[in-house]
Amino acid sequence: MALDANSEAFVAFERVQKSYDGETLVVKDLNLSMPKGEFLTMLGPSGSGKTTCLMMLAGFETATHGEIMLDGTPINNIPPHKRGIGMVFQNYALFPHMTVAENLSFPLEVRKIGKSDREAKVKRALDMVQMGEFGGRRPAQLSGGQQQRIALARALVFEPELVLMDEPLGALDKQLREHMQFEITRLAHDLGITTVYVTHDQTEALTMSDRVAVFNDGRIQQLAPPDQLYEEPENSFVAQFIGENNTMEGTIKEITGERTCLVELDGGATIAARPVNVSQPGERTRVSIRPERVEMDRSRLQDGVHLLKAEVLEFVYMGDIFRTRLRVAGNSDFVVKTRNAPDQRRLKKGEVVEIGWLPEDCRALDA
Amino acid sequence: MSDTTQTGPIPDKPATGDETGKHGEMLSADGRSLKSSLNRALRRQKLRALMLIAPLLIFVLVTFIAPIADMLFRSVENDIVTNTLPGTVEALDDWDHSVGEAPGEGVYDALYFDLFLAAEAKEHTKLGTRLNYEQTGLSSLFRSSGRGLDDVGDDYLDALEEVDERWGEGDFVYRLMTGTGPSETGFVADRVRVLEKMTSETLPGDVGFAPSEEIRQLLPATTLAYTDFATFTALVEEDVVAEEDPWEAVYVGLIEDLQTADVASYSGPEAEALQAAKAADIPLVPLKQFFADEDGDWLDPNVWATIQTYSPKYTSGYFLNAVDMQLTPDGISMRPENQQIYLKLFKRTMFMSLVITGSCILLGYPVAWLLANLPASRANLLMILVLLPFWTSLLVRTSAWKVMLQQQGVINDVLVWLGLVDDMNRLVMINNQFGTIVAMTHILLPFMILPLYSVMQGIPPTYLRAAKSLGATNWTAFWRVYFPQSVPGIGAGSILVFILSIGYYITPEIVGGTTGTFISNRIAYHISSSLNWGLAAALGSILLAVVLLLYWAYDRIVGIDNVKLG
Ligand SMILES: Nc1ncnc2c1ncn2[C@@H]1O[C@H](COP(=O)(O)OP(=O)(O)OP(=O)(O)O)[C@@H](O)[C@H]1O
Ligand SMILES: [Mg+2]
Repeated sequence: MALDANSEAFVAFERVQKSYDGETLVVKDLNLSMPKGEFLTMLGPSGSGKTTCLMMLAGFETATHGEIMLDGTPINNIPPHKRGIGMVFQNYALFPHMTVAENLSFPLEVRKIGKSDREAKVKRALDMVQMGEFGGRRPAQLSGGQQQRIALARALVFEPELVLMDEPLGALDKQLREHMQFEITRLAHDLGITTVYVTHDQTEALTMSDRVAVFNDGRIQQLAPPDQLYEEPENSFVAQFIGENNTMEGTIKEITGERTCLVELDGGATIAARPVNVSQPGERTRVSIRPERVEMDRSRLQDGVHLLKAEVLEFVYMGDIFRTRLRVAGNSDFVVKTRNAPDQRRLKKGEVVEIGWLPEDCRALDA
Repeated sequence: MSDTTQTGPIPDKPATGDETGKHGEMLSADGRSLKSSLNRALRRQKLRALMLIAPLLIFVLVTFIAPIADMLFRSVENDIVTNTLPGTVEALDDWDHSVGEAPGEGVYDALYFDLFLAAEAKEHTKLGTRLNYEQTGLSSLFRSSGRGLDDVGDDYLDALEEVDERWGEGDFVYRLMTGTGPSETGFVADRVRVLEKMTSETLPGDVGFAPSEEIRQLLPATTLAYTDFATFTALVEEDVVAEEDPWEAVYVGLIEDLQTADVASYSGPEAEALQAAKAADIPLVPLKQFFADEDGDWLDPNVWATIQTYSPKYTSGYFLNAVDMQLTPDGISMRPENQQIYLKLFKRTMFMSLVITGSCILLGYPVAWLLANLPASRANLLMILVLLPFWTSLLVRTSAWKVMLQQQGVINDVLVWLGLVDDMNRLVMINNQFGTIVAMTHILLPFMILPLYSVMQGIPPTYLRAAKSLGATNWTAFWRVYFPQSVPGIGAGSILVFILSIGYYITPEIVGGTTGTFISNRIAYHISSSLNWGLAAALGSILLAVVLLLYWAYDRIVGIDNVKLG
């Protein structure tokens, strides 16, 4: 993200570093800028520093180095309670000694909003998460999903411009989670709220967000809209982390152009690929190709593409698609997904087929 | 809606036994009712559990429950009067104190024989001490009268010996008193029981004497005195009755009996000597007269009223005393103003305990907060500092405060050096309430900090963060979110500190002076110095009741579930 975009950015991280113990950096050189109204997801494995970033934004941790800007003002100059940031905590943090309604009216009370106004807003917020009848209960008397929704309502009830959510759907079952994903995105867009959403569920990240920031090892590995993230991963961590992927190790043989190169696989064959972060012959690389981009029907491939021999190890009928596991160039975990079309052949175990793909679908990434 | 609660599978009906009994009762395999077999199985479990806690249970019963029960009992127990003066109490029964006259001859009669036995058994001074709690002067009255009891009997014996040399001989009197015909063994047993009660000992063994029915009828007073002499000689001194010289009381009884006895028709052993004694017509000194000569106070109706008032086996006197009232013959009344101390002490104890609890909260809360929020390594160091007082003796700590606070002590020196206090007007900070409060706050502080700490440790910091993110200032976040969750810790700490301080003894004793002592110091005084255990027990019982009452009130107001010790 270009730094000069910060002037109009609502939230901006500039070269932010964070260390808890003075020895290891939990966040290393974070740069990020968000326009108003964006739904941005931080995605990454456990311990990659997502919560830490959120806490720095909310003002509960201070950055060891660098600057965080909120609407053009360095955040350190605004005390936490004046930031107007709604937050849903990883463990909800509903106040156990207050009822649900009291929890919701707390942010309104501290803002000195009148009683009748307060009640109306609390009611609206509860209705919004379909928890209207639960106002009189204590948090301990609610299920995980219900607590979750109350936490969401509490973060939204005072109409903040920025909402931070730390794995809010972690405790929910699949069905409820999907429903809540939909609800959260709808609310965020309807209310025009800028949202930073943390998760380590990649489906959630892809379906909900305007942009996704993939975290690993304290850095943003890639920041892109979901489709770009999926189709054009910039390094092998992202390729691996998002969706299913076939990878093969090899060495760059020749860079044949701006957008093509030849890779000699460790299994012997040579294939064409798009160089993403490799630059010279002899470099080790890991090529990656999505299972659904592999083609087994020769007639659909251009002339001159490299074809590889593959032995069928397993054929799984999954209804809408077929999932075929192959041994290709020594890699016996090579997966191909084909649409269940009327003319699609159902392969037998032990059969040998020829597979190929478009060179731009096969990305040569760092090893 | 996906939030509709899913109904779980309907639980199966409870597994049925092999058979169903008459009334639809489940039967287990061996034909017993299922319920009773379940109970049997559970009983075995309970029994095992009980056996595990048995050592502790016994320990607690023996060392805790039993002493408390004993204390409660002592606070109302009052059988020393009836045990020591059984005959007198009985004779006093129909005396009415409101007439304002001393009782009649019969009461003094009974008093003489009761007192004689008590004096021999050295119990009369104890009674004097007991009655002295209620009316000063009774202790010396009993002690001095006990000494003069022999004189009147000695005079009678001299007169009798002039008639017949043998009156002073043990075996002669023994023969006379034993008589012939059926004997009064039941009467002897009764007197043994009286002696047992008086001395609070069991006296097994054989007296070796029983008066004949005839003699008892002829010489009732003599028989009583002689039987007492016989039981005491045989069971306490373990001598042979016939070989010992009879007590002087026997002759007092004899002279009294001879006034009315029809000895002419008596034909038992030594009947002639008896008739000769009667014929000598030895003049009788009325016992009322005798006691009046011993000490004029015996004619004072107030003395008798006191004895009568405290003659029942149980008394509310100690409790009344403990709340500055008194049980008088005319009913319950307040003590004179200048003798009222206990209510004031109770109030002071309450007040100072509250102040100490309050100071502990004020000082302990921030420390507990620090402890709960510092990184582990530094928290441990701080914890050691908190626990440090536990490693030094209580006496050392209290004495250290004496050094710190006294007028020539460290704090005064510093204040004088700083010029804040004039050398002539050094502050008095010890041997008063201030000193007690300071020292006890210091000593009891860990009892506040530890429960507070353990409760605070369970409050995740995210709550404070959540509150702040919702727009609360630091203070609001603390007061509305953190503090309510720490209340159980305050409750637990306060109960601990308050109950400990309400019964604290050593520290107020050392640094309390006269204005800083607690009710416990008074209890200790009655236990070890004045030996008025009944009053000490009553004070203790009231203290116990107050604590239980406060506990109950606390439960009603705050809820005991809200108390967390860890
Ligand atoms: N208060 C702290 N003190 C020291 N280290 C911390 C602290 N909080 C987090 N860390 C460390 O910082 C790293 C990043 O933690 P963070 O909580 O940001 O991870 P995360 O990405 O949110 O993981 P998760 O998905 O499991 O929630 C972890 O290695 C963690 O151990
Ligand atoms: Mg996290």
